[in-house]
Amino acid sequence: MNSRTADRIATGVFIAIAIIITAILAGLFFYIFVNGFKYISFDFLTTPSSNVRAGGGIRDQLFNSFYILFITMLITVPIGVGGGIYMAEYAKPGKVTDFIRTCIEVLSSLPSIVIGMFGLLVFVNTTGWGYTILGGALALTVFNLPTIVRTTEDAIRAVPRDLKEASLALGITHWHTIKTVILPAAFPSILTGAILAAGRVFGEAAALLFTAGLSTPRLDYANWNPFSDQSPLNIFRPAETLAVHIWSVNTQGLIPDVEAVSSGSAAVLVISVLIFNLAARWIGSMIHKRITATK
Amino acid sequence: MAAITITRDIFDVKDLNLWYGDHHALKGINFPIQKKEVTAMIGPSGCGKSTFLKTLNLMNLMVPNVKITGEVNFDGQNILSPKTDLVELRKHVGMVFQKGNPFPQSIYDNVAYGPRIHGIKKKKQLDEIVTKSLIDVALWDEVKDRLNAPALGLSGGQQQRLCIARALATKPDVLLMDEPTSALDPISTLKIEELIFELKEKYTIVIVTHNMQQAARVSDKTAFFLMGELIEFDKTEKIFSTPADSRTEDYITGRFG
Repeated sequence: MNSRTADRIATGVFIAIAIIITAILAGLFFYIFVNGFKYISFDFLTTPSSNVRAGGGIRDQLFNSFYILFITMLITVPIGVGGGIYMAEYAKPGKVTDFIRTCIEVLSSLPSIVIGMFGLLVFVNTTGWGYTILGGALALTVFNLPTIVRTTEDAIRAVPRDLKEASLALGITHWHTIKTVILPAAFPSILTGAILAAGRVFGEAAALLFTAGLSTPRLDYANWNPFSDQSPLNIFRPAETLAVHIWSVNTQGLIPDVEAVSSGSAAVLVISVLIFNLAARWIGSMIHKRITATK
Repeated sequence: MAAITITRDIFDVKDLNLWYGDHHALKGINFPIQKKEVTAMIGPSGCGKSTFLKTLNLMNLMVPNVKITGEVNFDGQNILSPKTDLVELRKHVGMVFQKGNPFPQSIYDNVAYGPRIHGIKKKKQLDEIVTKSLIDVALWDEVKDRLNAPALGLSGGQQQRLCIARALATKPDVLLMDEPTSALDPISTLKIEELIFELKEKYTIVIVTHNMQQAARVSDKTAFFLMGELIEFDKTEKIFSTPADSRTEDYITGRFG
C-alpha cells in the first residue's frame, strides 16, 4: 500500500469517527427534544411538583438546580483557582507536591455515589444539619474542586513564560504578576474548566440523593429572607434538584404522568445546561475582550 | 583646588562565579560598567554572556539550583546580599528580551503597566509617561491614533520597541538588552540600533548580541566571553581593530563561533 492510499484511508477513518460522534450527539438531543418538548409549558415550569396527582410542574426543582450550582461554584471557584495558583506558581517541585497532585487526581475520579455516602456521613449526620442545600453543595465541592484546581494549574502553566519574565523584570512583585498578567492570560482556559465542572454539577444525581435530599419544602418565592424555612434562598433546607427529580419519579413516582414529567424534565435539564454553557462562554469572551483590548 | 572628575561605575562586578547545578557557567568575572555608555557583550552560544546579563538584575534567581558567589555592586550596593529588594533593583535596572513580549493588553496599558503598579494613579501623569516613553522609542507617530488597540496587533519590530518603551516607563537607570534584534528583519534592526544610540544620552545600556557588526556599530565598549570566562574587555574600536587576545581575534574574524 503506498503512502497516498494510506493517507486517504486515514482521512476517511477520522472523518467517519467525527460523523459517528456528531450523529450520536444529534440523535440524543433529537430523542430528548422529541419526547420532552411537548410537555414543556409555562405551567410546567412554574408550578410545584406533585407527589400523587397528575399535572405537577418542576418549578422548585429547576430553581434548586441553579441555586445548588450557584452555591457550589461560590465555594469551589475561589478555593479551586487558589489551589491551582498554588500548584502552578508556589509549590516547589518534589515529593510533597507530587503527592498532593496524586491526591487531587484520586479525588476527582471517585465515584459520585461514594461521595454521596461520604456526604451523608459528614455533612448530614455529623453536622446534624439533615438534608440541606449546603450539604449538597459541599458534597459536590469534593469532586468539583480537584477539576478546577487541575484546570487552573494547567491553564497557568500554559501562559508563555516570557510574559511572566517581562513583568518580573519591570520590578513587579510575584503576586501582582499573577494577578495582572498570568490570571488574565489564563482566564479563557480557567473559564472552560469551570463551565465543564458546572455541567457536571447540573447533571449530578447520585451525590445529591443523600445530601440535599429528595424533597423540597413548600417555598414562598416572595420570601427573600435566607433564614426563613419557606425562603427559596435558605441554604439549610432540603432541595431536590432536576436530575434527582428525574431519577425519583422514574424509580418511585406514584403520579400517573411519570412519562410526561420525566421527559419534560430531561428536556429542560438539557436546555438549561446548553443555555448556561452559552451564557457563560459569552460573558467570558466579553471579559476577555475587555482585558486584552481586542474588540 | 583642581576639580576632580570621578567617572563612577554604575556596576562593579568582582570575582563573580555562577553555577547552574554542577555547570560552572561564569568563572571569576571582573567587570566594571560605566554610566551612560553602551557596553556590548559578544561570544559564541553558551559562553555565558546572557547569564551575565541576567545576573545584573538577578533574573537568574528564577532558575532552580542556581548558585552565585562574588560581588555585583550596583551604585555601591552589593545586590547579591540576601537583603536586596528585587522589586526595587528591577525598577532601576530594566530589561528587554530577545523576542518582543508585550502583554496581551492594549498598547497604552502595556506602557502604563509598570508605573501604574508602582503607584501612579493619575490619568494625566500616566498619559504623560506613556506619551514620553513612546516618543523616546520613536513609536509615537505610528501608534498615537490607536493607543487602545491590542499590542499583539503590532509588527515584530514595533512590538520590540513597545517593550523598550514599557521598560523605560518605570524610569530605570540601566537598560539590559538580551539580543534585542535577533528576531527582527534588517530594517527593524536598524531602527532599534538608532534607538540605542539615542537612548545612551540618558541611560546606561548593556547589550548582548550575536551580531558583531551590531556590537561594533552601537557600543562604546565590548566584552568578549568564552566558556564562561571574560576573555577581553576594552573600547570597542580596540577590540575590533587590535584585540589583545588571539582568541578574541579568532572570534571576530570568524574563525570559530
